[in-house]
Amino acid sequence: MKWVRVGALLLVVGLLFGAAAWMRPFGRPSLAEMDAYFIQKAQAEAGANNVVTSVVFDYRGFDTLGEATVLFCAVVGVALVLRRVLR
Amino acid sequence: MTVVVRTVARIIAPMILAFGGYVIMHGHLTPGGGFQGGAVAASALALLAISFGFGRWKGIKAPLSFLEDLGALAFVALGFLGIGYTFFRNVLAASGGLFGAPVPPGPNPGLLETGGTLPLMNWAVGLKVIAGLGSVVLLLGLFGGEDDR
Repeated sequence: MKWVRVGALLLVVGLLFGAAAWMRPFGRPSLAEMDAYFIQKAQAEAGANNVVTSVVFDYRGFDTLGEATVLFCAVVGVALVLRRVLR
Repeated sequence: MTVVVRTVARIIAPMILAFGGYVIMHGHLTPGGGFQGGAVAASALALLAISFGFGRWKGIKAPLSFLEDLGALAFVALGFLGIGYTFFRNVLAASGGLFGAPVPPGPNPGLLETGGTLPLMNWAVGLKVIAGLGSVVLLLGLFGGEDDR
């Protein structure tokens, strides 16, 4: 039973090392159309030199709304747990 | 806290607040934005609260609550501004109006009055993060009890 576990662990580690060996070189993703679109069009479409901000607040604005909701829920949770000190 | 800590906090807190405001205001030009700048400014609030004692900051709860509501409502309202096309469409960008100056193409330092709704959304989210993190720090400090060593 012990050797089965060791064998399974070695198999997983071997798979991870194999995946690391098969990985693409750093900075060269296989699918880059979306990146190229954002980098080329962000200045004209969103009017922002900071492409990250144009993605966060323009292209993926709905996601940022969810993030803001998560923050709001966290604050509400803290206020709810510690509500005794509010009085 | 001791007089050394209070003096250093008194000197350094305005600088932290100004840097947070800078990070929020230039969110569409330089690295950073509403979340990051808001966290920086909230750290100034935490520094002041810890060094001067939490007790005297009880009165700031109502303004923080107002800022949180203002930020959230402004963010959603700015998202609804582009509802004619899609939710969160940047209708103010390159329109010639508020923050609507055309952006010079290519690598350049950038103009502050560009970005359309992005700077406004940065400010909305920044106020929200300042108020949210500030009230969390304040609540945790008040829960811990008074400690005016």
